[in-house]
Amino acid sequence: MIEYLRNNADTVWLALQEHVWLALLPVLFGFVIALPVGYLGVRFPVLYHPLVNTCGVLYSIPSLALFVFLPVVLGTKVLSPVNIVVALTIYTVALLARTVADGLRSVDPVVVQAATAMGYRRVRRLTGVELPMALPVILAGLRVATVSNISLVSVGALIGIGGLGQLFTRGFQLFYIEPILVGIVLSVLLAGLADLIIVLVQRAVTPWTRAV
Amino acid sequence: MNLSYLLDPAHWELGAPYSIPTLILAHLGYTVLALLIGTVVALPVGLYIGHTGRGSFLAINAGNAGRSLPTLGLLMLLVTLLGLGLLPVLIALTVLVIPPILTSTYAGMRSLDHRVVDAARGMGMRSWQVLTRVELPMALPVLMGGFRSAALQVVATATVAAAVGLSGLGRLLIDGLAVNDYSRVLAGAIVVAVLAVLVDLFLALVQRWIVSPGLKGIE
Repeated sequence: MIEYLRNNADTVWLALQEHVWLALLPVLFGFVIALPVGYLGVRFPVLYHPLVNTCGVLYSIPSLALFVFLPVVLGTKVLSPVNIVVALTIYTVALLARTVADGLRSVDPVVVQAATAMGYRRVRRLTGVELPMALPVILAGLRVATVSNISLVSVGALIGIGGLGQLFTRGFQLFYIEPILVGIVLSVLLAGLADLIIVLVQRAVTPWTRAV
Repeated sequence: MNLSYLLDPAHWELGAPYSIPTLILAHLGYTVLALLIGTVVALPVGLYIGHTGRGSFLAINAGNAGRSLPTLGLLMLLVTLLGLGLLPVLIALTVLVIPPILTSTYAGMRSLDHRVVDAARGMGMRSWQVLTRVELPMALPVLMGGFRSAALQVVATATVAAAVGLSGLGRLLIDGLAVNDYSRVLAGAIVVAVLAVLVDLFLALVQRWIVSPGLKGIE
């Protein structure tokens, strides 16, 4: 493995870089989209169940199907990384919109009433009280989305773009185990690192959860 | 959106090789086998950890560790080591379903009201009876939640079997892509998504049937 890494450092490094941004851009986009969508599910309770069901169906579409199907819908080239980013953004939204809604619903109504009584209006109450209180749940969802995105990117290798996944297809075609092992180890390490970073951020931004 | 492949009756002929029903059967076959083996492995371990409280670290972290393992990579590694065939696909899919089942079994056992378990002990139930008559039935709603998400994941992921030459609905995706037949790819995507929804509905019914009526309020 070390030998393979030494001889192919450039290829592996490029694949790793591609993997990082293919996995993390969708997390960013998905998070930004999921916040308002999840909020709508709480603000208008009629929308909650349709939201949960839609998310469930979206999440059940196999990634490979979405990767090959998106070019037809978006008019992009099959080899365009846009397909991967859009597909993973859809999964992230499907996962996080529900988590955001559940997180906001989990906020103790007494706290919300107290904030209202103190003169907080809707927007400030949302940004100053409800969202921070919902953060532990939302960030737990973000961890799941980030880790599964990092592992899903490699499926893109079947259509020619997939960061570390390209090491899998290369090893598979050559019947050569080293690149596959390197790809798996790096992918798992990357997921672990991203997970750890979110946990550390969570500790920093929700100090009250440790006080209890 | 070209639905011609999906709607062509010739592709729905029963028993014909590569017809949609044949592929669905193969797909369901991989799914059921992986879920079965995964449950046989993960359920006892989860119950043991939940019952005794030993090794909870394993149960808590199995979920995230499992999710971070790229199934495609694992599958290709196994094929390279073991050769083509059903075995590598089954192992890869089983590895995929073990973490959610293990984690949810443990979470289900931990979510129990301790007073109920104490009451069962106080009534003279043996450890084994507490486990099978009290803890397991009461953990079922959470456990089934994990089982359903595991089932969804396998149905979606079993498509990669086609990447190493096996059958299943992934054939429509891989072959369609290889010959630039997007109508076929679309058919594959739709059938897998519908199959996933149907499997989940079926398991929801099973859950209703096996969960004790006394727990319906808690769920």
